[in-house]
Amino acid sequence: MTVTTYVFGIVSAALVLLVVFEMLRRRRVRERHALAWIVAGAFALLVAIFPQLLTNTASLIGISVPTNLGFFIGVVVLFLVSVQHSAELTVLEEKSRTLAENVALQDERIARLEAEVRTPGQDPRA
Amino acid sequence: MVSLEKTLVVMPAYNEEAAIAGVIAEVYATLPGVGVLVVNDGSSDATVAVARAAGATVVDLPFNLGVGGAMRTGFKFARSNGFDNVVQVDSDGQHDPIGVPALVEALQTNDVAIGARFAGEGDYDARGPRRWAMTVLATVVSRIAHTPLTDTTSGFRAAGPRAVAIFADHYPAEYLGDTVESLVLAARAGCRITQVPVSMRPRAGGTPSHDPVKAAVYLGRACLALVIALWRPPLALSPEATPAA
Repeated sequence: MTVTTYVFGIVSAALVLLVVFEMLRRRRVRERHALAWIVAGAFALLVAIFPQLLTNTASLIGISVPTNLGFFIGVVVLFLVSVQHSAELTVLEEKSRTLAENVALQDERIARLEAEVRTPGQDPRA
Repeated sequence: MVSLEKTLVVMPAYNEEAAIAGVIAEVYATLPGVGVLVVNDGSSDATVAVARAAGATVVDLPFNLGVGGAMRTGFKFARSNGFDNVVQVDSDGQHDPIGVPALVEALQTNDVAIGARFAGEGDYDARGPRRWAMTVLATVVSRIAHTPLTDTTSGFRAAGPRAVAIFADHYPAEYLGDTVESLVLAARAGCRITQVPVSMRPRAGGTPSHDPVKAAVYLGRACLALVIALWRPPLALSPEATPAA
């Protein structure tokens, strides 16, 4: 490994953390959504500073090319984050569906009550 | 003839300005005393104005939720406005309101009554893969519901008080949720389901919501919906208003 690649790894990982923290600071992203990225970024930084961590772990579990372990972990993190996003999307869809239903029902009720106020004693639906 | 005082006809409508006024007028003429609720599912045309002018109560959803979302709105409306039964009728004139009293009659001993198209009456006909898909679904759902059903994808159906209570909170919005999944959900909660032969007519307006060519995809997604519906924990049925055996 040359000094250039070593520095490149550290700068990349630091950049990830920097972007995430900056977005947190500007409230562009909520902490619970940023957590996965912070953990991944911290892990990447750790491996960039101490590459032998990855090499040792890879040989320990029998992976001959350490970068493959890096790719594998990367894919797992991306997979988990997208599954979490799908789940959150579903929750949000259900919430907006319920809100839309209730808004529509209340619109109708308000219109009926307004008609009732204008002509008391009469059921406007009759 | 059964009383329709406590029955609400719910018509989910998406861009149905061409047909809906005639359907509403026909419902009122055929079924005196019934309540009619049009749930406008985010139409971009004059469906709301046309339906109001025709005398129906209109609930106007701010955006399109699909038939499932529109129906759940209808069930919620029924629950908070004192209606016992809900009958779903298409706003394109496909369902003949003459079949409604038979469906409501069936609710005296059942929780859900499906207006079935292949049960002898009318001239509705589906062909090829789509027909096979419907047969497969009917077979599976019949087994789950412990009653022979031939047309589980029919949108012409009635729900009694116990089913309305469940559907108001849990009517599914997913693809095919308003047909197959809702039946599975009701059956597993302990609802009694039956079918009543009805005749169907060609649509008075609008375009069909399913393309027959996509039957294979349709069956695949339906089976997935079925498996997942069966995998979920069943819902509890409220003890009151049990239909007489």
